[in-house]
Amino acid sequence: MRSAFWIGVTGFATLLAVIAAAKGVEPEFRAHAWIAAVCFAAATIVMLRQVRFAPAPETTGYQDDVVRWGIIATVFWGLAGLLVGVVIAAQLAWPQLNVDPWFTFGRLRPLHTSAVIFAFGGNALLCTSFYVVQRTCRARLALGNLVWFVFWGYQLFIVLAATGYLLGITQSKEYAEPEWYVDLWLTAVWVAYLAVFLFTLFRRREPHIYVANWFYLSFIVTVAMLHVVNNMALPVSLVGAKSYIVFAGVQDALTQWWYAHNAVGFFLTAGFLGMMYYFVPKQADRPVYSYRLSIVHFWSLIFLYIWAGPHHLHYTALPDWAQTLGMVFSVMLWMPSWGGMVNGLMTLSGAWDKIRTDPIIRMMVLALAFYGMATFEGPVMSIKAVNSLSHYTDWTIGHVHSGALGWVGMISFAAMYFLVPRLWGRERLYSLRMINWHFWLATLGIMVYAAVMWVSGIQQGLMWREYDDQGFLVYSFAETVDAMFPYYVLRLLGGVLYLTGAVLMAWNLWMTARGRIRDEVPLVPSAAGGHA
Amino acid sequence: MSEQETTGHEWDGIRELNTPLPRWWLWTFYLTILWGIGYCIAYPAIPLVTGNTAGLLGYSSRAELEQTMAMVADERREIIERIASSDLATIRGDEELAQFAIAGGAAAFRVHCSQCHGSGAVGSVGYPNLNDDDWIWGGSLEEIHQTISAGVRDEANDDSRFSEMPAFGADGILEAADIRDVTAHLLALGGREPVTGDANFGSEIYAEQCEVCHGEGGEGMRDLGAPALADAIWLYGSDPDSIMAQVRQPSHGVMPAWGARLGDTVVKQLTLYVHSLGGGE
Repeated sequence: MRSAFWIGVTGFATLLAVIAAAKGVEPEFRAHAWIAAVCFAAATIVMLRQVRFAPAPETTGYQDDVVRWGIIATVFWGLAGLLVGVVIAAQLAWPQLNVDPWFTFGRLRPLHTSAVIFAFGGNALLCTSFYVVQRTCRARLALGNLVWFVFWGYQLFIVLAATGYLLGITQSKEYAEPEWYVDLWLTAVWVAYLAVFLFTLFRRREPHIYVANWFYLSFIVTVAMLHVVNNMALPVSLVGAKSYIVFAGVQDALTQWWYAHNAVGFFLTAGFLGMMYYFVPKQADRPVYSYRLSIVHFWSLIFLYIWAGPHHLHYTALPDWAQTLGMVFSVMLWMPSWGGMVNGLMTLSGAWDKIRTDPIIRMMVLALAFYGMATFEGPVMSIKAVNSLSHYTDWTIGHVHSGALGWVGMISFAAMYFLVPRLWGRERLYSLRMINWHFWLATLGIMVYAAVMWVSGIQQGLMWREYDDQGFLVYSFAETVDAMFPYYVLRLLGGVLYLTGAVLMAWNLWMTARGRIRDEVPLVPSAAGGHA
Repeated sequence: MSEQETTGHEWDGIRELNTPLPRWWLWTFYLTILWGIGYCIAYPAIPLVTGNTAGLLGYSSRAELEQTMAMVADERREIIERIASSDLATIRGDEELAQFAIAGGAAAFRVHCSQCHGSGAVGSVGYPNLNDDDWIWGGSLEEIHQTISAGVRDEANDDSRFSEMPAFGADGILEAADIRDVTAHLLALGGREPVTGDANFGSEIYAEQCEVCHGEGGEGMRDLGAPALADAIWLYGSDPDSIMAQVRQPSHGVMPAWGARLGDTVVKQLTLYVHSLGGGE
């Protein structure tokens, strides 16, 4: 019966998409509707083929199929997003690589950011939250097949967003580029996600809710709010892509940066702290350092983060009082952010030797170190005097990437290494040495990336504000762009190193899932006198 | 650490210690809050029903900008007034004025002109190089000033420089073969190619169609904005195909009139700067 319901839903959705494709007012919108129609039709056919008329077998135990699919999606979108990042880094160094009209920097850049944040990061959060909430509640995911709607619905959102960018469909809001109909679809998916997560918490067989779930829940709830408010728009036509945001001028700018900053705060920080709070103590096999710290830093983080957005609009039309508050809340956010780092790192106390012996722990430590660095750098950059130099420069890009590559990437990779052997029922990973290689390639990549962007960003900022002794500007903008060339080439190198590490991971996880074990010298000499 | 008291909770094997908050963490947190309160008292911070708290320091980013701009304007007032009231030759003859005008012109050039003419004013296809002495509309101070101020082919400006070469190919004035011959003649004019039979045919066509504007020997005519053709400098490309394309259906570049946008003092400074680049007459 349940499958019949979902077949009906996707069948109807196929029909709607075909009608939209026929009636669409722009060719881009019609192309988008066809893509949606094909996806819905494929889902309908796949589900029809799986219909069994015998009574369904009892489903007991954890719902891990969706977690396995989530891992595959995470690795796939991670590789795709990093690859696009490498491509656009090359385009910045060599503009001739822009291929008009589909593969220009302007269209590929949102493809990169959405692919790494929402496709890679989002799938990592989906699958780990489903894994963690079941284990820490000792309960199967609630609401039956709804979780499949969440997973596949989210993938459809990604496909529509990504193809939309290439087709040139955008509402021009950073990190919220998809147009109104894709936003509506994501809203439905997200509400379903919230429902599955909440109802699983309700049916928990533990007296208390584990801290990881607080973070996951705050991420799901806040992202729902951010997404809905920032995307309030009136479409020009119900069968057209174009819409107009309801806010105008500086209100629109403030709403946008309230959204985008909290996408960092609740998507990339709170969500991944949830991941950290489960996988670090599990992998280290140590108790969490401080329950009190987790409570205090959770609530202070949640309360303070939501006000910090205006620091993206220093020295603009935004009133001074709002700039002040954005800056003050950002600085106060320093310790609440660091609470997570302290709790993560100190959980390892008593197990410090594992940094040497366990490459997954090493990845987690690196993730926490970069988390700490980025959450210190953020408050510093929000100070107006610093911001007047750093804003609009590559320094910001470097800051984002030390957080994204260092924190989000590394903690997700560590979680993937943790999950794959367990979910595919393997004794161990295919290769520990390859994790070691992944670790060093990624570390080197991030170091190169961040250091190069610091230098180029500060140089850029200094060149823009360079006046001669008579008060005249010294450089034209094009000269400052020209000066960035060597840094852009080096940044590309950093990205390639990081991508190479991720490819190694994909191979390692693939072979692990297949049950292979690599014939290699053990990474750590065994106590019984192994290799030197 | 493991001897420490735990909360007694356990989830999937994960336990929690009940370690007190690290002192340094807590005190740093308090400190940032105190600093935040202090900053909010000192600066505009709290929104009220109408307006907001002004802060003890009375800071305003708009006022700060206005003060800085006023300070710079004060420092420059005297010299700017002298530039405004002097003619171009006087400015050029006065070392202090000329130095200031060229520096100011260079800065204005970086902001307003470099997008088309390049950071070093070397130009590119369709955008003249300003470092050489091959002037389309003249290279004296007055002529440069007029070109910058009124623009080239700027429909909105009555004083703008205008020149329209006929589309000899597109309008059917010349046959394709004629255009090829004229091109051979033009290449020979500059001494870049030997004189051939084609070029001899071309020279007749040139005399009939082109000479009236571009001059008998291809020396150009600045009053009409007709470029010199007997040199190696070609605005739209020097290879035969580019030349033929330009004869067939010429591109006509447009430069906006800057006088009204930048004011005459800035245009004067730009004039001095462009004149100083090397080709000034």
